[in-house]
Amino acid sequence: MENPAVRDAIIQAQAAYAHCIDEGRLEEWPNFFVEDDCHYKITTARNHRQNLPAGVMWANSRGMLLDRVTSLRQANIYEPQSYRHILGQPLIVSEAGDGVRTETSFIVVRTVNDGPMDLFAVGRYLDLYRVQGTAVKLRERIVVCDSSRIDTLLAIPL
Amino acid sequence: MQTGNWPPGLARVPYWVFQRPDIYELERERLFQGPHWHYLCLEVDVAAPGDYRTTFVGETPIIVTRDDDGELYAFENRCAHRGALLAYDECGKSRKGFTCIYHAWSYNLQGDLTGVAFEQGVNGRGGMNPSFRKAEHGPRKLRLATLHGLVFGSFSNDVPSIEEYLGETILAHMARVFGGRKPVVLGRFDQMLPNNWKLYAENVKDSYHASILHLFFTTFELNRLSQRGAIVVNENGGSHVSYSALDGPGSASTDYEREQLRSQSQYQLADPSLLEGFDEFDDGITLQIVSVFPGFVLQQIRNSIAVRQILPRGPGQTQLNWTYLGFAGDTPEQQQIRLKQSNLMGPAGYISMEDGCVGGFVQRGIVGAPNEQAVLEMGGVTAESSESRTTEASVRGFWKAYRAAMGL
Repeated sequence: MENPAVRDAIIQAQAAYAHCIDEGRLEEWPNFFVEDDCHYKITTARNHRQNLPAGVMWANSRGMLLDRVTSLRQANIYEPQSYRHILGQPLIVSEAGDGVRTETSFIVVRTVNDGPMDLFAVGRYLDLYRVQGTAVKLRERIVVCDSSRIDTLLAIPL
Repeated sequence: MQTGNWPPGLARVPYWVFQRPDIYELERERLFQGPHWHYLCLEVDVAAPGDYRTTFVGETPIIVTRDDDGELYAFENRCAHRGALLAYDECGKSRKGFTCIYHAWSYNLQGDLTGVAFEQGVNGRGGMNPSFRKAEHGPRKLRLATLHGLVFGSFSNDVPSIEEYLGETILAHMARVFGGRKPVVLGRFDQMLPNNWKLYAENVKDSYHASILHLFFTTFELNRLSQRGAIVVNENGGSHVSYSALDGPGSASTDYEREQLRSQSQYQLADPSLLEGFDEFDDGITLQIVSVFPGFVLQQIRNSIAVRQILPRGPGQTQLNWTYLGFAGDTPEQQQIRLKQSNLMGPAGYISMEDGCVGGFVQRGIVGAPNEQAVLEMGGVTAESSESRTTEASVRGFWKAYRAAMGL
């Protein structure tokens, strides 16, 4: 990558994203995405490999991300739980125009009701960042979980 | 078998039925290997000769194949020699059939044992016992039935035809969803539920809980239109359809948009396009759930179509396999609507995620109370069809079929 400042900005943005979710500040989560025309999806390696387009969460607007948060806060019922994301280093996959594609491994441990801690999800983020100077926002984040199995329910976004 | 305190009738269910390992073993014999139909896969999963797909009936691994004659076959995924899996991947293509990796016993695509490595020995020594006949050995085969591109199987030759098993009304409501169209898989997700499989089977049939546990539509005030609907329970009780419709066919999307504009709710969708569907069925039915005893579900929620396969994984664990569907001929816009509306369902679904945990709450709640009983008296004590959806009639229907099948 030509500009190490952009790389640093992406590393920082990914750490901030994980921190935001892990600390339960879901209301801020949509702000990591561009305002217009963003895409977020949680799928599995099997679906991804077979080019099957569905996700357990699927959004193509920031409004849909906001609705997900409102629903989690106001409508959905589930045991109190929190995530802890452990991120790998982002691999810069390609750069074109103001877009940078990266791939980053993650591990998420879920703690439910102050009790059981489980390895809830392992996989990778396939990201497309929009770069403006050293400001980076997600145009697209495809969350590809290595396993097709989801334990109990997936409430909080990954 | 000690069956404990199960009073006659359908309005009580003792909790030990969700807990006891001996009941679980009996289910394997009487339900999963008995005269009942089990969903295996889609016909499109095994579209061409040589295609195969692995699946399960209960916990028993199964291979479904299409042979060169164009017909479907299904048999246990178990070598007749020492019991190893014949196929350990999810799907694939094999024109020659299957060869066990352990000792190279081989099978054709219909599950017949066709080859035994070193059957005649090596250099005239060894070999199988002279009385051994390949034709007398092989994995157990299943009887198959297909319906609208869905493949069902049964270990039993005594199972009635799938049409008789389901009855006219259930058949009609399944036909309504497929309408002669060819299903296309949009994605698959497997959800592990921390509860006995019957708690999920009950949940699917329980329309009483829907507006109480699932608050998405209520919170966003998207559910205020007067709705007509019904619950139909088939004759043996085990299968059901529950549906609700907007008044007036074809009014789905516009009515909901209007409703949204009038809404006084504190919460509104920032992106209401979630519910802007297309008129697919021409009958105004926006939600329909069909269940087939013991473990199959077909769901239509607006334009979100899915099949669910309920698989037991021990007395306290269930695997729920979701297959999200579209249809050949969907436009890109229609497919996008299905993807968008699939947020409503599945392990992260706006109106289904609670079902992932509520069965576990029951399993944990009843742990010290095997001889206490669930009370199922909403809407009476019978398993009759009803226009009201505030009823547990189809849950009672499940227990009617279950008790008959299990001899309990």
